Amino acid sequence: MSFDVYLNVAVAGILTGLVYGLMALGLSVIFGVIRIVNFAHGEMMSIAMYIAVVLFTAFHLDPLIMLVPVAAVMFVFGYVLQAGLINPFITRPEHTQFLLLVALAIIIANTLLILFGPDARTVQTAYAYDSFQLGPVLIDASKAYAGIAAIAFAVALFAFLRFSLLGKAIRACADNYTGALVVGLNVNRLYALSFALGAACVGAAGSMMTLIVDVTPSIGPVYTLLAFVIVITGGLGSMAGALVGGILIGLTEAMAGLLFTPSAKSMFAFAILVLVLLFRPQGILGRRAS
Amino acid sequence: MTASVIARLSEDVPHRTIILLGIVLAALLIAPWVVNDYLLTVLIVALYSAYTGQAWNIMMGFAGQLSLGNALYAGVGAYVAAFLFTKFGIGPWIGFLACAPAAAACGAIIGFLAFRFGVAGVYFAILTIAFAEFARIGFDHLAIVNASAGLFLPVQQYAHNDLWRLRGNPMMFYYVILVATVLAFILCRLLLRSRIGYFWLAIREDEQAARAAGIDTFRYKMYAVMISAAVTSFAGVFYAFFYNNLFPEQVFNIGRSIEMVLGPVIGGVGTLFGPILGAFVLNGLAETLNSAMSAAGLDLPGAKEVFYGLCLLLVILALPEGVWPPLARRLGIDKGMR
Repeated sequence: MSFDVYLNVAVAGILTGLVYGLMALGLSVIFGVIRIVNFAHGEMMSIAMYIAVVLFTAFHLDPLIMLVPVAAVMFVFGYVLQAGLINPFITRPEHTQFLLLVALAIIIANTLLILFGPDARTVQTAYAYDSFQLGPVLIDASKAYAGIAAIAFAVALFAFLRFSLLGKAIRACADNYTGALVVGLNVNRLYALSFALGAACVGAAGSMMTLIVDVTPSIGPVYTLLAFVIVITGGLGSMAGALVGGILIGLTEAMAGLLFTPSAKSMFAFAILVLVLLFRPQGILGRRAS
Repeated sequence: MTASVIARLSEDVPHRTIILLGIVLAALLIAPWVVNDYLLTVLIVALYSAYTGQAWNIMMGFAGQLSLGNALYAGVGAYVAAFLFTKFGIGPWIGFLACAPAAAACGAIIGFLAFRFGVAGVYFAILTIAFAEFARIGFDHLAIVNASAGLFLPVQQYAHNDLWRLRGNPMMFYYVILVATVLAFILCRLLLRSRIGYFWLAIREDEQAARAAGIDTFRYKMYAVMISAAVTSFAGVFYAFFYNNLFPEQVFNIGRSIEMVLGPVIGGVGTLFGPILGAFVLNGLAETLNSAMSAAGLDLPGAKEVFYGLCLLLVILALPEGVWPPLARRLGIDKGMR
């Protein structure tokens, strides 16, 4: 195989990895602020994917344009979920929270199964087979658009959390719960908002994912796990780490698919996780201690 | 020695509890003679999940380490036993002697990686899932056990039950899993009443305090994972010989791991009766739903799982301790038996 093949696969892997990263960013925001581990993350992404697929098949709306409305729908979903169901659990033991979300994941996945059946759904856009030539590299158009959109969405989120007043308030909640209460922040509302932001990330990522993979009701757990692997690899609580981790895992999977067999690619993502845990337990961009 | 074990088992246990246990055990012993074939299978499945739940409970209920990848240990047990049987004709009981250390070694690897580097709580749970998934994909590509095509045990009509090689009718399998469940129950009771059990509870309640009190928390958490893994591996041996077919996609599926968790969570995490009660409640409800749906002529894949999810949700919302602790208080048998 020539060097060009590796380069092509690497670029495709990195672009897919950016979308993975955006998905994992959602998990990171939710965990970083609320300290709730969203075990229904992959299932939330499959909801977003089905919305995008239905919008495309029924109205021919492009998933890339629809990623904003889909993210908005998931934002509302996340807000209601946190405010209505999860909030009373923030003081309960960790495993109880975890199991609450496991229950939610089971319900979502199987409701999707009842609604849409077990068959894989896919989106066939007009540009599905287009590509750009960049020197020796051939870039798949769908993946390029998805990757750029993922970066744009992540940058918007960073900017919001960094510079807006609401974003500062959210970061204050994440840093010091009691302190946030003392200065009069409405923590419950900010928690709901954080969950909603995380859900919006995974919603946008899900909309883009329809361009890359087919959706079935049972894909949830695989992506939940992938999001966790990315977040732990990138560094807990580091938002940039989620994107870096995403790129690394996307690249690893693509290379493993090329060098071994595509069906075994997630094994290599797990191998990366184990290596990170062995040699840099705080993650690539994570800080020591906590 | 037997006398001292019995004394240790029944220590501090009120008479009412012993009577209740006797009634339940008698009912379970008689059950296969009065129920039909279908119900017998349901009972086997319920006991299987009681057994796996009991094993999971050692890790989470006693030592406070949440595992969501116990399918790994059952899967390793199933594959090792089935491989030894089909390739070398080695029976399941000898096979188990290889399965238990193999599963315990898997547990030790996960525990070492996690506990050394402070991967605790839910992140430990993620690591357990990751390893189970790793095994699922790995076995899917492992030619020596037929990869994704599946490993099959020879099936034929048996004139009589062969307990030594676990070949026979469902009634034999029922008693095997019943005995295994009773033994797991006794093992858990003995563990809880021993030094190691008290150390586990200390770690579960407050790990830092336990360490400050001089408990080698790393070591005792490793014991919990390894014992739980070894106990779970027998469930895998049973699975292999009962169903006679193994597919990585099914055996190591994350759904299997979650099923092992549901029983004890619904019954009561950290209690001895919880896993058993939870398994029967859950399987009972599922069967009721199944028969109600088939009576209504409905065939809706996913409905049963949605129902599982709702049950889990309701229990977590309404009975944070699970079904058993409030029930035990009402029956007045919550003393002595955890």
